[in-house]
Amino acid sequence: MLSRTADHLFWMSRYTERAENTARMLDVNYQTSLLPQSAAVAELGWQGLLKISELLPSYQALYGDITPQKVIEFMVKDEDNPSSILSCLKAARENARAVRGTLTTEVWETQNQTWLEAKRLLAQGELERDPSQFFEWVKFRSHLSRGVTVGTMLIDEALHFMRLGTFLERGDNTARLLDVKFHAVESDFFGLANDQDQEYDFYHWSAILRSVSGFEIYRKVYRDVIQPDRVAELLVLRHDMPRALRACMDEVVHNLERVCGSTDCPSCRLAGKLRAELQFTSIDEILANGLHAFLTQFLDRINLIGAEVSREFLIPS
Amino acid sequence: MLNFDEMYDQWPTSVRPHYQGYQSWLAGQSDAIMRARRDEAEMIFRRVGITFAVYGEKDEDGSGTERLIPFDLIPRIIPAHEWREMHQGLVQRVTALNHFLHDIYHGQEILRAGLIPAEQVLANAQYRPEMRGVAVAHQVYANISGIDIVRAPNAKGEGQYFVLEDNLRVPSGVSYMLEDRKMMMRLFPDLFRSHRVAPVAHYPDLLLETLRASAPLTTDDPTVVVLTPGMYNSAYFEHAFLAQQMGVELVEGQDLFVQDDYVYMRTTRGPRRVDVIYRRVDDDFLDPRVFRPNSTLGCVGLMAAYAKGHVSICNAVGTGIADDKSIYPYVPQMIEFYLGEKPILHNVPTYQCRKAEDLQYTLDHLAELVVKEVHGAGGYGMLVGPAATRAEIAAFREVLMARPDHYIAQPTLSLSTCPTYVASGIAPRHIDLRPFVLSGKTVQMVPGGLTRVALKEGSLVVNSSQGGGTKDTWILED
Repeated sequence: MLSRTADHLFWMSRYTERAENTARMLDVNYQTSLLPQSAAVAELGWQGLLKISELLPSYQALYGDITPQKVIEFMVKDEDNPSSILSCLKAARENARAVRGTLTTEVWETQNQTWLEAKRLLAQGELERDPSQFFEWVKFRSHLSRGVTVGTMLIDEALHFMRLGTFLERGDNTARLLDVKFHAVESDFFGLANDQDQEYDFYHWSAILRSVSGFEIYRKVYRDVIQPDRVAELLVLRHDMPRALRACMDEVVHNLERVCGSTDCPSCRLAGKLRAELQFTSIDEILANGLHAFLTQFLDRINLIGAEVSREFLIPS
Repeated sequence: MLNFDEMYDQWPTSVRPHYQGYQSWLAGQSDAIMRARRDEAEMIFRRVGITFAVYGEKDEDGSGTERLIPFDLIPRIIPAHEWREMHQGLVQRVTALNHFLHDIYHGQEILRAGLIPAEQVLANAQYRPEMRGVAVAHQVYANISGIDIVRAPNAKGEGQYFVLEDNLRVPSGVSYMLEDRKMMMRLFPDLFRSHRVAPVAHYPDLLLETLRASAPLTTDDPTVVVLTPGMYNSAYFEHAFLAQQMGVELVEGQDLFVQDDYVYMRTTRGPRRVDVIYRRVDDDFLDPRVFRPNSTLGCVGLMAAYAKGHVSICNAVGTGIADDKSIYPYVPQMIEFYLGEKPILHNVPTYQCRKAEDLQYTLDHLAELVVKEVHGAGGYGMLVGPAATRAEIAAFREVLMARPDHYIAQPTLSLSTCPTYVASGIAPRHIDLRPFVLSGKTVQMVPGGLTRVALKEGSLVVNSSQGGGTKDTWILED
């Protein structure tokens, strides 16, 4: 297949996944903001969200102080923000349009319809009317897009590049979410033992879990109260938790091997090594060296894999 | 002026025989149902993304404009016996045009015979000296031709078909022909049960067959690609659509490169040879080494590979000379010269302003004539006398007198009308027809073509860039 085609497919999936993850994070923050809490804590949540996407400086330059309405507006419909949901849906659709002949009719129409509907919903003020419902809609369109991809595309290179994009992006997004949320806790109220803070803790951790559809999964896997180290384990090391770093890397390796036809290309080697480390390490080891250091390194390496995939397959010189 | 309507002998009482079945069906449909079908059609076209891009314009939301080409629900119906004759005429005309192209890039017999003044061909900007002596498969240059046909009443009020224009470079619109039919079958399946409408959906098959037949002889399993200027080109939908329907790659210039005079595309598994390029890029942009040096839409070295016969380009380079409006008046003579036959399809009578007497006639009758620039396209750079103001005519007179050899003039034809949905209900609107003729080993086409309709009352300009719409075209078998 054409390298340029593979590139468009890869980015189409990345942008779709990114829109979904942004909607997930916004939704959880929005839900959390409905709980009784101090203004400082609330602001911390919104600030964290901007930090995850490395957007705090550009937000402050444009909008000044942090308010929920303004952050939501910036992250959902500001087209000058390349990470806003609308920008992501548009980029996904433009990439799809560039290779619409490679996609099944259903996949193309799903992407196109998502973009047209998103513009219509936002113009009609649906976001302001009920933010959660809008975020829910974004998530469902992403589910639909993945489902229609797996359900209708020929299982060949095109599909593998799309899946590769999905899981590289998801791994990246989960790592960022964990990093910011654990960071917030470590620096502010992690480990303080008064009752109210314990209550905060519960809501803090359950919010993270909910944002990755992991609350029920946690209960099912651990059958116990929510503890930070287990949250980290669930989201970093479990191969059976679909948004965990390990599960994402399993998929990345699988699809890369299909694409390169063996296991010894530079991209496969980088990805395989990262996956092996996730497979053979324990959460205690990771926490002993600091989760933040681990996640920073993970993000660097997943970034490197993306660059290597580009060099090798998508934009060969 | 006399008018000829495709459906009504006399509006709105007497219906022509081949429209009777449709008319009685239409009479039984409520306004509400037809309105709902129109909305449904628009919604589907939007969701499917059957749009054309408009250069430089922005939507209210700031993104590039993608417009729908308005689709009209009332089909244009042509009885089979009329189509049979048109079909023969098209095969004849396109065959002669291809003979002409081969001739002027080789022996130039038609020039030596004095049928066309040599300088009119050789000094024409559309003549490509680079093509002298270059061999192309089956000596066919225009593999895909879009021949614009209009119908106008003669003195007795009978409709007569004329060829208005030959499009032999990169004619577009065939995807609308196919999508319009798909839409009609989806909206009105019962109509297709009660009418014997000749199918058109096999066009991509014929196109692929034509392209494969044009491959260099050195390969028996040629790799065909469609070359597009990219997704911001106005016809991008069609490029993607045809590539998908044929199951071939849609490439941009940046995907191609030439090495040792062979063309390759960059793939995820390394370079892959390309044998046939169905290009939707104009000659000028194909190879910056030979044509426009700043073009990024083509591929460096393509012409060298082409001249060596290592790759086929469809349509061939240099076909523009045969559809130039200054050459158009000679097509009937070409048919007689190359084929020894009488032309089946007629030209519109044409005055060549480079001739003194024709110029004089044109200047004397500007208010009645249509004057066209010989290199113009898309309905730009022309004067429609009866629709122009006094001042516009005066201004055009100056332009014409300064460069008479740049213009031709034709009587203003009263293009036939077809009932069409407009804001006030159903009203007659002017139409034309573009059949798509495929030439490879043989000359083939699907029955009918694309019917374009000028939606503005009284307008004769059917181009989509100027507010035209489309209709499904039915060849109704007897």
